Amino acid sequence: MNKVLDIPRVNAKNMTDKEFFYGHKACAGCGGSIAVRLALKVLGERTYTALPAGCMSAVGFIFPQMAFNSNAIITTFPGAASMASGIAMGAKALGQKDFKTVVFAGDGGTADIGFQALSGMIDRNDDVLYICYDNEAYMNTGIQKSGLTPYGTQTTTTPAGKNLPGTLTHKKNLFEIIAAHDIAYAATASIGYPQDYLNKVNKAKHTKGASFIHVYASCPTGWGTPTETSVEIAKDAVDCGLIFLAEYEDGEFKLNRNPKEFASIPDYLKKQARFKHLSDQDIEIITEHRDKKWSRMRKHWL
Amino acid sequence: MNRPKNKEYKFPTHIDDYPTGPQYKAGFLPETNAGWRKVRPVVDHEACVFCLRCYLVCPDGTIFKEDGKIKIDLDYCKGCGVCAHECPKDAISMVKE
Ligand SMILES: Cc1ncc(C[n+]2csc(CCOP(=O)(O)OP(=O)(O)O)c2C)c(N)n1
Ligand code: SF4
Ligand SMILES: [Mg+2]
Repeated sequence: MNKVLDIPRVNAKNMTDKEFFYGHKACAGCGGSIAVRLALKVLGERTYTALPAGCMSAVGFIFPQMAFNSNAIITTFPGAASMASGIAMGAKALGQKDFKTVVFAGDGGTADIGFQALSGMIDRNDDVLYICYDNEAYMNTGIQKSGLTPYGTQTTTTPAGKNLPGTLTHKKNLFEIIAAHDIAYAATASIGYPQDYLNKVNKAKHTKGASFIHVYASCPTGWGTPTETSVEIAKDAVDCGLIFLAEYEDGEFKLNRNPKEFASIPDYLKKQARFKHLSDQDIEIITEHRDKKWSRMRKHWL
Repeated sequence: MNRPKNKEYKFPTHIDDYPTGPQYKAGFLPETNAGWRKVRPVVDHEACVFCLRCYLVCPDGTIFKEDGKIKIDLDYCKGCGVCAHECPKDAISMVKE
């Protein structure tokens, strides 16, 4: 395993000027497109990209438009990881060197429908970086609840009303589930902390075998937020502790950011139309869940 | 070329001209996104300190560096305003088209 210190850092000053995700049709201010664009700039030209059905594929392959400026392909919804495994193996069989295979899949495509293929990919330790951009619902088909939609979110399949506060379940512990495979490298990130995200993609790029990044990526259309606040809201989520920044490496968890005090949860929630119906009691449930999670993480990951 | 440019798409006239799959050439852009925009970013180069925050966070990658200054490809900028909102020096303002 490469130590971070040995890998030259990639930042806004020294990254390639080339754009590999350009002219796409994502909504203005789409956080998912920031995640895809930045990762591809770190990975460079010699990259094979596989994307299952979801917004990032829908906005990039509108025939004859090809917003990916390097090799990219759409896969079946549940099969992105298998397709990527095949690409990585095929390129290796052809004797190709110095290339990376990457998947960009949504939260639905990862935590729900694509999970079996992803689990197999990690089990075989195929040389693929799998990036899940998490916008907390099935956005491309009109905002349905996924396994990563948090408690209290209003979606079209979990409407909020007199009797229910929207989504009733909490987010799956996706990062821990991936780590439980004993994967070589896994991390969580947020587009609200872009340099941290670049560092993690860079680390994964230099990891041989399967690696995984779960990146929090805002969706102004599905969240009901102004387009210009996409990066800010993804930072707020981390600052209030609902999203955490961590890594799993050499069998150990590491909490990258452990603030003394959290920013306000209600301030984060009230900026978004998907949460504006929440009662004080619902916010209490969300806060309690956060605190439980953090006491677990602090006990075991520090 | 660092960023693809708008190219004309010639509609097939014969069955042989049709591609065999739903893929096309990498970076082929038959249209621009400029029509989506209601407001346009304008950079005050005096105030800009070239920190590149806007370049980093642009969802469309339309901000680029040229001669030590930031420039914007208005063919593909959608006017989301993330650059102006994130600029620590308030050097970018969004003006009505
Ligand atoms: C087998 C199958 N079922 C359903 C669909 C329809 N579908 C396309 S994209 C999508 C939502 C994807 O959600 P997510 O993975 O979270 O990505 P996002 O759109 O949010 O970026 C769905 C349900 C499909 N293409 N294939
Ligand atoms: S619906 Fe959301 S995730 Fe999809 S393109 Fe629009 S902003 Fe991006
Ligand atoms: Mg999604």
